[in-house]
Amino acid sequence: MSKIIAVTSGKGGVGKTTTSAAFATGLALRGYKTVVIDFDVGLRNLDLIMGCERRVVYDFVNVINGEGNLNQALIKDKRVESLYILPASQTRDKDALSQEGVEQVLAELRDRFDYIICDSPAGIEHGAIMAMYYADEAIIVTNPEVSSVRDSDRVIGLLSSKTARAIEGKAPIKEHLLITRYLPKRVNQGDMLSAADVQDILAIPLLGVIPESSVVLQSSNAGTPVSLESNTDAGQAYLDIVSRFLGEDCPMRFVNDKKGLLSRLFGN
Amino acid sequence: MSLSTPTPTVLEIKGSLLPVMIVQLFDTDKERIAAALQEKVQKAPNFFLNATVILDLNAIQTPDLPLSDIVQIARDNGLTPVGIRGANDEHKQLAAQLSLGLFPNGKEIQKNKSPEKEATPQPSNTKIVSQPVRSGQQVVCLDGDLVILSSVSHGAEVLAKRHIHVYGALRGRALAGVNGDTQARIFCHHMDAEIVSIAGNYQVNEDLTEEVRGKAAQVFLENDKLMVHALNTTNMLKR
Repeated sequence: MSKIIAVTSGKGGVGKTTTSAAFATGLALRGYKTVVIDFDVGLRNLDLIMGCERRVVYDFVNVINGEGNLNQALIKDKRVESLYILPASQTRDKDALSQEGVEQVLAELRDRFDYIICDSPAGIEHGAIMAMYYADEAIIVTNPEVSSVRDSDRVIGLLSSKTARAIEGKAPIKEHLLITRYLPKRVNQGDMLSAADVQDILAIPLLGVIPESSVVLQSSNAGTPVSLESNTDAGQAYLDIVSRFLGEDCPMRFVNDKKGLLSRLFGN
Repeated sequence: MSLSTPTPTVLEIKGSLLPVMIVQLFDTDKERIAAALQEKVQKAPNFFLNATVILDLNAIQTPDLPLSDIVQIARDNGLTPVGIRGANDEHKQLAAQLSLGLFPNGKEIQKNKSPEKEATPQPSNTKIVSQPVRSGQQVVCLDGDLVILSSVSHGAEVLAKRHIHVYGALRGRALAGVNGDTQARIFCHHMDAEIVSIAGNYQVNEDLTEEVRGKAAQVFLENDKLMVHALNTTNMLKR
């Protein structure tokens, strides 16, 4: 049974696309047939993060409009077997995503893939609603910062009211909290919300914490999903969340500052 | 008559709403009425001078009402009676003889207020919400109490006719007694509300004292003043 997973946040720039790419890659590394779809029509980014921007011919909107078929639009990743990318159109806007069209494309993908990852645009408008509409599960990407937390809260509300599962009265979307750009040192100094604070406000299960890392910027620019950088902290953190998502017991890492206790003992 | 000559306007009829005082009668004795009216008028003679009044006869059951005497008493006190309302048929005939207008009843008063007719109190419908109330969501209960088993987030709003109970953190807006119930209260396990309001008396987050912020607290009205108190044993004993 295939699963549709929306990666969403409300706020922009918190790491939705980075997470979509890294999470999809992580699932594919485990052998699952995985496709990651860019719902950010008009502001296409996923192809860059996945390093396939030079191979885009047909896109999601073309498939919806019947101008090309899925086989033409799906881009096979060159590094990981069983990983595919469905890029967004850069020349259109979000209205091009008709609900029937999205439903039809997702139904077709369900037959072929184990996991369908929907990379949502920022905001709570049509594009974001379409990305979450048919989801079975959702990863809510949040930075440890008040405005991001509030926007995530809004999005969690929409997940339980504006999606197909909510409207049809089915089992609710399973929500996962992912905190990105986390700096334990600044949390200890009291400058940043702690993971516990964020979880307390949003009241959904914590899937994992991704530490702030220079690797993320480097790998974005290089077009390499972070989870392929398996010897880095951010790469390992993403591989951890894939394990946890698959139900494996995997202790939380990167939540506490390693030097936290010592520096507290000696008063910095 | 040529068309270019304008016809001089003789009259125009317009609708208008004018203030008018109601003199409600509970007695038919003209001496007592004269004394009572004089006492009222003397308190503010200028206010009552030439004031148009309507005599409300709803509370008068007996047909033998000295209406012409009462009209004269009113005129003697500087009032101008223009009509009656709540009249029975005898009173209506009397009014016609005195050239008084007949006005419809405003709302049913006094004589209709028999105890057996008093409306049975509506059962208060409590609304229980087990999910968190998220930013941008609004939960309204216009029948009774609103019970939130989880938290109310920043940017969320909860409104109730009666009390609001929040068994998690209250970080959004909570408006209790929205129909004007000054006895309504708000209770929460963690007070950090953007706004709390009882029957329109509100307080913003900035004005929360450090004694209540982040604590279990209740909000209530005392002499029209909004009180936010921490829920601890000392306060519990007081209230």
